Amino acid sequence: MNFATRALLELQETTLLAARAARGLLKRPRYVPETVAQMDAIGVGSLTIIILTGFFTGGVLTLQTFPTLKFYGAQSTTGYLVALSLVRELGPVLTALMVTGRVGSAIAAELGSMTVSQQIDAMRALGTDPVRKLVMPRLIALIIMLPLLTVIADVVGIIGGYTVASGLFGMDSSMFFNSVRDGITANDILGGVIKPIVFGLIIGSIACQKGLSTEGGTVGVGRSTTRAVVTASIVVIITDFFLARALQYLLDMPK
Amino acid sequence: MASTDVEIHQSATPPDNYGQVSDNAAESTFAEVDDRERAIPAIEFRDVHLAFDDRKVLEGLSFKVMKGETKIILGGSGCGKSTTIKLVLGLLKPDTGQILVDGEDITHFTELEMMKVRKKIGMVFQEGALFDSLSVYDNVAFRLHEQAVPEEEVEPEVRRMLRFVNLEDAIDKMPIELSGGMRRRVGIARALVGDPKIVMFDEPTAGLDPPTARTICELAMKLRDLEDVSSIFVTHEMNNLDYLCSEYAVVDDAGDVVFEKEGERLCLINTKVMMMREGKSIFHGTDEALKKAEDAYIQKFLRGH
Repeated sequence: MNFATRALLELQETTLLAARAARGLLKRPRYVPETVAQMDAIGVGSLTIIILTGFFTGGVLTLQTFPTLKFYGAQSTTGYLVALSLVRELGPVLTALMVTGRVGSAIAAELGSMTVSQQIDAMRALGTDPVRKLVMPRLIALIIMLPLLTVIADVVGIIGGYTVASGLFGMDSSMFFNSVRDGITANDILGGVIKPIVFGLIIGSIACQKGLSTEGGTVGVGRSTTRAVVTASIVVIITDFFLARALQYLLDMPK
Repeated sequence: MASTDVEIHQSATPPDNYGQVSDNAAESTFAEVDDRERAIPAIEFRDVHLAFDDRKVLEGLSFKVMKGETKIILGGSGCGKSTTIKLVLGLLKPDTGQILVDGEDITHFTELEMMKVRKKIGMVFQEGALFDSLSVYDNVAFRLHEQAVPEEEVEPEVRRMLRFVNLEDAIDKMPIELSGGMRRRVGIARALVGDPKIVMFDEPTAGLDPPTARTICELAMKLRDLEDVSSIFVTHEMNNLDYLCSEYAVVDDAGDVVFEKEGERLCLINTKVMMMREGKSIFHGTDEALKKAEDAYIQKFLRGH
């Protein structure tokens, strides 16, 4: 099988898996405790890395752009630039990539080892659908938690940007936050929340599909984990471009 | 029809008579032979073919497992033994051919329809396949928890099953703390929840020391002789064959289960052997006939050289 056929086949498998999980939503049992446990593990568990990532990204944005803006005498727009980059692009994408690394790999590894140790087969033999018991709670948890994590990353990032602007460059806090408020529109925030919903779906379905299709013992688990992280990261970045373009039209943003 | 079938059997075996002989089970071999229900095989394969990409795994496999019968499937590694039992559970689908469970053709069942069939079948996996995130209690109770059975009914059932495999002490342990043989026995307890009338063992004694392997075989004999369970017992170890074909479980006067050798008393051991090689059945019959078979491969398999 050549690369294109294989990629199409994987796309089909992943889509079918997500569709089966979505159908499972309509029927009982709904596995609410499992979903809440996954939301805790995925959302609350990722809080530290998301706060650190957000803070330092906002900080470095100010660090790199302030001197340039000052050269043109436009240093008062630092907050505008930092907030816009974070809310529109860096917040959603960096959060998605961090969550792929932390959660996507964990999902693929967990489902992968369950597959190779026949626990998935055992679950089916005991009359339980693993797609509903294992995949659905993880997908729902990712779709709900990723937008929340993104918003946290955005806010912490703006605080990081302000910290650097006031600490290193002596900028006035009202000047920074006024330009932040001038910069972002409601549509920016809406777009910045729609993106992570799509990313959550992508990360979850790819990680679960790679995990459940694991073959070849413990080596296979390592292989599917790597594949899950690499594929999900690349798909997130590619989707981000097309999503950004689509949102420009849908939300009528400046093109 | 199949569902009434199950109900009849379940009502015939009251839930709390493990460890004691049920009258039905003891007499089933004689009294119910002409019963029409019993004439329907528990499991039947009709000319089943299966290939993974280019590799042919099963090539025209046909066999029947009658009600109450234990079918030992012998064969070297990679001859399609484990695949065969996965087909019964619908974990895999055949390319061509038919598979019947209790007279019902399950070949083209959807995953949802298969879930109902799986409720009548217990499966013991190689290495146990316990859920390692759950305790022994939760593993055994898995099926009941999934069916939202109230907790006060779950606990006695789990304890009864763990008593059957003699592991009641391990109820609060995690699978990682158990030895290989204990994991296998918890796997058996988990498979037996809900009193399935068909139980499948996938190399249950592989990698175990001889006394532990013997314990596993005794459990299979108890199921066959005292509970009237139909089973497929996949193995490649010859001592399993000797145990299952030459001994049977009875309840003595004190109410304990004892194992008697064939010949000490008149008995019919309801066990047949099937030998597989490269996806085909090359022998089918009793263990005596197997030992007399002239096929060179069988002789080599039996003697080891």
